[in-house]
Amino acid sequence: MPFVANFPLFCIVITLAGSVATSMLNGKNAFRLNTFIISLCLVMNFSLLVYLVTNPQQITYMMGHFPAPWGNETRFGPLEALVATVFCFVMLVSLISGKTDIFEDVKSDRVNIFYVMINLLMSSLLALVYTNDLFTAYVFVEINTLSACSVVMAKENGKTISATIRYLIMSLLGSGLFLMSIILLYDLTGHLLMVNIHENLVQLMASGDYMFPLTIIVGLLSVGMAMKSALFPFHTWLSHAHGSATTASSSILSGLVLKGYIILLIKVYCRVIGIEIVSQMKVLNILFVFGVMGMIIGSIDAIGETHIKRMIAYSSVAQMGYIYVGISLGTTAGFVAAVFHIIVHAFTKPMLFSAAGGFASASGHKYHFDQLKGAAYRNPIAGVAFVIGSLSMIGIPFFAGFGAKYYLSTAAMTNPGKMWFVLLALAISTVLNAVYYIKALATVYSREGVEDTARRKISKSYTIGMSLFIVANVALGLFYQRIVDILSLGMKFF
Amino acid sequence: MMNKFFTGLVKFVDGEFTITTKRKAKPARRHTDHHEPTFKERFTQWHDEKGPAFFKAAYGIASIVICLTMITILLITASFLPEYGNPDNPVNNEVSERYIEKGLEETGSVNIVSGMILDYRAFDTLGESHVLFTASAAVMLLMKKEKRGKEQTDRFSPKRDIIVKTVAQIIIPFLLVYGVYLMLNGHLSPGGGFSAGAVMGAALILFSSAFGYKKIKTVFTEKFIKIVTLASLLFYAGIKCYSFYTGANHIPTGIPLGQPGAILSSGLILPLNIAVGLVVTCTMYSFYSLFSKGEI
Amino acid sequence: MGPNLLNNYFETAAMILFGIGFTTLFLQPNLIKKVIGLNIMDSAIYLFLAAKGYIDGRLAPIVVNGVTDMETYINPIPSGLVLTGIVVGVSVTAVSLSLIQKLYKEYHTLDMDEILTKVSKEGDH
Repeated sequence: MPFVANFPLFCIVITLAGSVATSMLNGKNAFRLNTFIISLCLVMNFSLLVYLVTNPQQITYMMGHFPAPWGNETRFGPLEALVATVFCFVMLVSLISGKTDIFEDVKSDRVNIFYVMINLLMSSLLALVYTNDLFTAYVFVEINTLSACSVVMAKENGKTISATIRYLIMSLLGSGLFLMSIILLYDLTGHLLMVNIHENLVQLMASGDYMFPLTIIVGLLSVGMAMKSALFPFHTWLSHAHGSATTASSSILSGLVLKGYIILLIKVYCRVIGIEIVSQMKVLNILFVFGVMGMIIGSIDAIGETHIKRMIAYSSVAQMGYIYVGISLGTTAGFVAAVFHIIVHAFTKPMLFSAAGGFASASGHKYHFDQLKGAAYRNPIAGVAFVIGSLSMIGIPFFAGFGAKYYLSTAAMTNPGKMWFVLLALAISTVLNAVYYIKALATVYSREGVEDTARRKISKSYTIGMSLFIVANVALGLFYQRIVDILSLGMKFF
Repeated sequence: MMNKFFTGLVKFVDGEFTITTKRKAKPARRHTDHHEPTFKERFTQWHDEKGPAFFKAAYGIASIVICLTMITILLITASFLPEYGNPDNPVNNEVSERYIEKGLEETGSVNIVSGMILDYRAFDTLGESHVLFTASAAVMLLMKKEKRGKEQTDRFSPKRDIIVKTVAQIIIPFLLVYGVYLMLNGHLSPGGGFSAGAVMGAALILFSSAFGYKKIKTVFTEKFIKIVTLASLLFYAGIKCYSFYTGANHIPTGIPLGQPGAILSSGLILPLNIAVGLVVTCTMYSFYSLFSKGEI
Repeated sequence: MGPNLLNNYFETAAMILFGIGFTTLFLQPNLIKKVIGLNIMDSAIYLFLAAKGYIDGRLAPIVVNGVTDMETYINPIPSGLVLTGIVVGVSVTAVSLSLIQKLYKEYHTLDMDEILTKVSKEGDH
């Protein structure tokens, strides 16, 4: 086995140990240690990605001395390595650009605990991406839930705490359903490792008696994950949690935390249940309907919103709809489109949230549009980032979001029954996206009735973070073909 | 209107009906058309006056419907499950067979469950102890008080009741010794780090509520608890990283398993149980003290 | 309908408890009762798992007198999973209770609806 194959294990253990060590440091040092650890993870995951792209294969890595059905294992190919690299990069850049806000919003004796939570969040995300064991996934889902809630509530006021408890309750309902479905699966097959469950399920399905319980299991699992990742009817917690948290938390929550669960769901569909069995189930149709409704209703809610961060959060609801539509097509192309959309959204949405944070801190910590007039002149780099992010989210060619929509519509061609609905919903949703993003752009660039357009002092970390975001988004827009190639390659070894 | 209907419906189903977004959107709109009482305004008025009672009734009906649907679906699923207590069920397959038949030989642990969670499936348990750590850090984030005068801590200090004191004096040594026994015998008998930690944590909680915070602070200061947690968790993560690394690369660990049944046996399970036990003790105690007085 | 509803009485009880706990966590406006619902839901899962591990007439999985025969002991895996589940349940309960305590200090009520009304009256910045 090549040495790079050890890197996922190292990343997970380093972030876990880093979280424990961070709890002993003060805020400044916690930030330094945290940046160092996440950069290290980024380097390791990137080298793993390079290795796996040059030598395409799926590596099975035993966690301990015992092989698959007995011990835990992680299993990864190019797709997992790419997603993990993206997660590390986005986490790092969001934290750098949100640094000033973190130190302002979180009480100074608790900043280190905020970074503890960030480390735990990172390790749980990496574990969710790499693991091949459902019960391990459950344990890390719980770490993810608790640390994500803590990241929201770190900015302590009544609003965030009440948003956190709604978020926590929805997440706990989701994890309850997820645990129940894992245990039912274990009861039917006798295994907890994904590949072994699949082998037994194929035999069970051949006997034909178990279609009903299996449908229920897949249903419970999908609903559980949908609750956690804010699919349409379960999205009400999202705008409050993402709207009221500190900037970096909003970026991380919308860019990464929601995505970790979806990667897990895709893994369950492809690896545990198997695409052939899943595509026969009605569950996908339900997800499809919710996804399409989410695409449209999320956008409508965003249009009516006057709070910039909540508007971006509602836009996330719509984007989750796109991803679920991709999944519910039930074809390999659909899964590739969904994962590509995850990557695009992970790059773009945190940039938008950071830009919104920048506007707000340049306008006296106000978030409503009537107070944000001309904010782009007060913080020009946030303005540039907001323009690029909005154009990408609307789906203008040469930006990453266009690629995501393009691949989703080509993927829709593989499922003739759903094709027209997808295309129609895409068209409507694109128009709606354009409405609210252009409205937001017009507000932050308006000079009407604004005397104060003097440039504010912008901290160095914010400038660095935003420049990285802008470069990454432009690069993704220009070279997305390469990413999709890696994803299609990765899907073969998934 | 459709949108209004849907959000209303969703929020109602979600069980957390609020009028947050609508309320906020309103004042802005009132400036433009405040003469006509629109449907929206009448709806808001109705909602403010009769809303609470209506939604209370709706909650009741919705919860009964959801509960019954959920139970019915799950019961039908349960009726398909393999029979209770039958040795031929799919769960009794080659996995549990190897744990039982080879567990003693491969992990050196007489307690098969300990061998399973700390050796075969150790990655889960590594995550599990970090769930506890996450929770204690989250509670610390929320409950930690800002530094103020001392008198406030004393106000919440429990009354030193003579009955509690006497009983605590008798019972605490036994609890602590029993906890240590469970921790050190986790690989030989029922028990292990988690239960041992719960017992010892209970002893500490009892001590602090019987004799006050000042007494327990002579040893269990915030720094002491943090250092013990830090050392145990780092030891745990480090040792498991070593074990996973050697396992995946097919290198022997070089840790002797010892004579099964002896106290110093079963390789890493004994030190891991001690580490887990210490973490759980500290976490349980810090939950209690953070909840009761806002500091450790 | 499958054949085993009445044979699986532990599972049946666990499913009913799960439904009750789930609904309480979902729709009960009182926050403390929500946490109780969470605990009922978790306990239902532990009961279910414990029933899954049981095999008629076999011993707990502690090796006695060196007998390592599969026919002697029950399945050890569910026991391990219950252990993990309990630890996770304790952690989650602690975090939600601390959140509730904080909310109570802020709004002086445990009713979720009242809290949300008060939050929306506060306005936002």
